[in-house]
Amino acid sequence: MAQVILFNVTNGLIIGAFYVLMALGLSLILNLSNVINFAHGNFLALGGYLAFALSPTLGYWGALLVSPLLTALIGLLVERLMVRRIYNRDPVYSLLLTFGLAFVMQDAARYIWGPNGLPLGLPDILAQPITQNLFFITWYRVFMVTIVIVSVIGLFAFLRYTRVGLRIRAGTFDLETVSTLGINVRNLRTFNFAVGCMLAGLSGVLAAGQIGLNPNMGDELLMPSFIAIIVGGVGSLVGTLFGGLLIGMAAALTTVFYPAASEAVIYAIMMAVLLLRPRGLVGEEGMMS
Amino acid sequence: MTTALVAGKETGASAEQLAAARRVLMLIAIWGALITVPLWLPLLGGYTALAGRVLVFGLAAMGLNMLLGFTGVMSFGHAAYFGLGAYGAGLTLRYLVHSTPLAMLAGTLLGGLAGTLFGLLIVHRRGVYFAMCTIAFGQLWYYLAYSWNSFTGGFDGLRDFHREAIGFGPLRLDIESGGTTFYFFLLGVFAVGVALMGFLLRSPFGRTLLAIRENERRARFLGIPVEQHIWLSFSISCFFTALAGTLYALLNNFADPLALHYSLSGYFLVMTVIGGMRTFWGPLLGAAVFVVLQDYISSMTVNWMSFIGVIFMAVVLFFPRGLLGARRRGAA
Repeated sequence: MAQVILFNVTNGLIIGAFYVLMALGLSLILNLSNVINFAHGNFLALGGYLAFALSPTLGYWGALLVSPLLTALIGLLVERLMVRRIYNRDPVYSLLLTFGLAFVMQDAARYIWGPNGLPLGLPDILAQPITQNLFFITWYRVFMVTIVIVSVIGLFAFLRYTRVGLRIRAGTFDLETVSTLGINVRNLRTFNFAVGCMLAGLSGVLAAGQIGLNPNMGDELLMPSFIAIIVGGVGSLVGTLFGGLLIGMAAALTTVFYPAASEAVIYAIMMAVLLLRPRGLVGEEGMMS
Repeated sequence: MTTALVAGKETGASAEQLAAARRVLMLIAIWGALITVPLWLPLLGGYTALAGRVLVFGLAAMGLNMLLGFTGVMSFGHAAYFGLGAYGAGLTLRYLVHSTPLAMLAGTLLGGLAGTLFGLLIVHRRGVYFAMCTIAFGQLWYYLAYSWNSFTGGFDGLRDFHREAIGFGPLRLDIESGGTTFYFFLLGVFAVGVALMGFLLRSPFGRTLLAIRENERRARFLGIPVEQHIWLSFSISCFFTALAGTLYALLNNFADPLALHYSLSGYFLVMTVIGGMRTFWGPLLGAAVFVVLQDYISSMTVNWMSFIGVIFMAVVLFFPRGLLGARRRGAA
């Protein structure tokens, strides 16, 4: 039993880590641009597939580094060419736009790389279990969680200590004032969108090493990421972080006792939060309206 | 100066008459076209079930548009209430009674009440945050239908039920076989639903919704209980969409989890936008365009998802006012 619980706790940690990376990217874009990026799961898949395409030439480590950057570049182009045209319109348009984009990207992945699952090869050292009696904890799992922790710390440091990061945070609170202070808000939003997509791409590379690649691999992560944002509190990245970890752990621990309800428990948490603490666990008062 | 004003007034009055005449003509054209579907659709190579689908999706999208176009609040989760309507009707027919009207009642109540209760939780949210809560809540039902295999049929959907003939004393409406009789049954329900919706939107309540859409803050200062109105609008809109969902179950003799999935919510929204989201009939027109396109494209290519996606993006980027909205640019 202890092993089963330990197994599911590590699972929960890893799933939660993915929720966190996905949800932080979504949250960045939502906070600054007021756009729900439905295609976020497809940027995740794109990151994974790019790593698959690049790893024969660059090796795994090179692909891990380059693929998120390429994903960010594609995100930047998408924002420049399409998303920025609809910032000043009714929010229904941004949802429909990214929703359509998600369809196109998923179909494109299926067309280019085929509908069946593909594996992403890992370096030998990562595929080994750490010890024999805890066979399920491979180095790769430790590696994934480490990368996620490093990138989350990196993101928060970037937002706190760099000029651009500060501008992004200021823009989240009051974009108009930031614009009045002479900061190019259009470029800021573009850059921010690209950073969000980069996080999705990074989670894609990491996820591909664990579960392999398929065209709709991001879909299952999209809805929990939304819920992580709602639970944590819209407008707060710290909230998103805790929300993602919370629902990841809750789902994993439910799996131990009653597997069928592991999905339902996420929704139950969301309903409870909406009912008891509508602004979310860490959210600012008024940010949700 | 004075003559110019008078002339302006006169053209204003005649423009009003013209608009009224145009509205009557449009109503005649719409209902004429809908009633004569069994005559002209086969000539164009369509089939009556396709027209039935247009009516069902059209009613669902019009229900959604009451919230989106006439209250200015966006739900991306209306498939949930549509699907709950479908499952409510299907489960009633399968497990409880073999009665079509009761199944429709049960499905409409199930979807409508679910929306009413959930609306209470999110009525203070606005914009994308409102939309995000509706998506997440909608997916809850999708997972429920998906995983409760023994009761709902799981991923394969709910089968083993079929619509029953309706008897009014000596009168008997034989809708079991599908075909023309069933189409007219659908059209009848559609007409009642749309008439009720039109009545609500023309009432002081409907005008208040427009006021909230145009300027929420001003409406609040006028003493209008904004949250209460948005909640009512959401709830009523869910009831209409759930009614359409029950018709969907009857149309296919089948209910599947995809009727609950947020993709379908996206389809409802794009239908509304294609037709024109500030117009009453726009969503029906959008549903017709979307259903026919989807039917045609999915018979032509396996990559239909790309085409649908491109349609979404093209509508948003190049055609945001929709078919009927573009025509009314001057009038608005």
